[in-house]
Amino acid sequence: MLLSTLEISKAEFEAGTGWQLKPEGACKGDICIPIPNSDGDTVDVSAAAKAMNLPLAEEPAAQLWAMGPESIGGRALMTAQAAELSLPDVDGKMFHLSSLKGKKVLVYAWAPY
Amino acid sequence: MWQTLREELKDKGFELVTVGLDTLGVDGCKAFIDAANPQHPSLIDQHHVMADLFGVVNIPSSIWIDENGMIVRPAEAAPAPPAPGPEGAGGSNMQVPSDIPDRLKQMMTEAAKIPKPGSQTAYHEALRDWVEKGADSEFAMSPEKAIERSRPRDEKTALGHAHFELATELEMRGNHDLAIKHFQKAHELVPDSWTFRRQAWSLEKMGDGPLARFWQGPNPENPEAWPYEGDWLEDIKREGAENYNEGFTP
Repeated sequence: MLLSTLEISKAEFEAGTGWQLKPEGACKGDICIPIPNSDGDTVDVSAAAKAMNLPLAEEPAAQLWAMGPESIGGRALMTAQAAELSLPDVDGKMFHLSSLKGKKVLVYAWAPY
Repeated sequence: MWQTLREELKDKGFELVTVGLDTLGVDGCKAFIDAANPQHPSLIDQHHVMADLFGVVNIPSSIWIDENGMIVRPAEAAPAPPAPGPEGAGGSNMQVPSDIPDRLKQMMTEAAKIPKPGSQTAYHEALRDWVEKGADSEFAMSPEKAIERSRPRDEKTALGHAHFELATELEMRGNHDLAIKHFQKAHELVPDSWTFRRQAWSLEKMGDGPLARFWQGPNPENPEAWPYEGDWLEDIKREGAENYNEGFTP
């Protein structure tokens, strides 16, 4: 997820990482990781990234950070539960993969280059 | 081709979702999407979240997800798309000039060696089988197997993904030079991703013609200006076109 500040709301953190913030920590699938300084409404991104072993890359010239995905378990998939995929169509209308629950779905990646 | 299959299967509780991976977004994808006139969700992924979420490292790739939102086949090579990439440069909807530069001839020669992921028939039969039988299909994996068959990812790879996202964002903001810096870092950290490389190479356009984004290598008149370690032709020769994708393993 992209960040212009390292202190963000819990909702932003959840939407950006796919991890749910619960009293016991950040949770995904069967895993919960306690994260420090998360009592208030905001998340200390540096502390959370460290605790969860999420990579943080920085571009100082643009005051921009990107937090990468987890690598828990050494595989691209930490769980077989499909992550929410939210992307726009050609008209800018957002689509959410979860809207297709109840159907079998083939997600097909292509590129025009 | 995909639309025909989707038509056949849609009344059996199946849906197709296509995702165009391109930092240029609508500008890059629209012509191809309009030509295909999709009746299914057709999305645009400027930051390649498909790589983060599913481990996509190449195109075309596909992922199968069941009614409960469980992945039953992780990202794997899928039969060729209707949209032309370098491997489709000789396709029916692209005009190849007769005075085609030697580089493109070589690219097409290499592209022709890229193995098709199983025959399309075998892949489509597998899909039909799954749509029919669900979890009882031999092609549907258990959660454990789906995880195990997904791409390897270590901390280095994950950091590479973060740099790639910085690169795509900087490119979208018009800061091409800074974007290059982070694309380079992403390539170094995730050397097995073809999409991370091809995306960056395709942004170094060669002229304005229809092949501008397929050149994906140094301009012969100014080769020193090429900012990347490899390029499409060099990398495919080094890695071997026959290793470009892993094919379809039931």
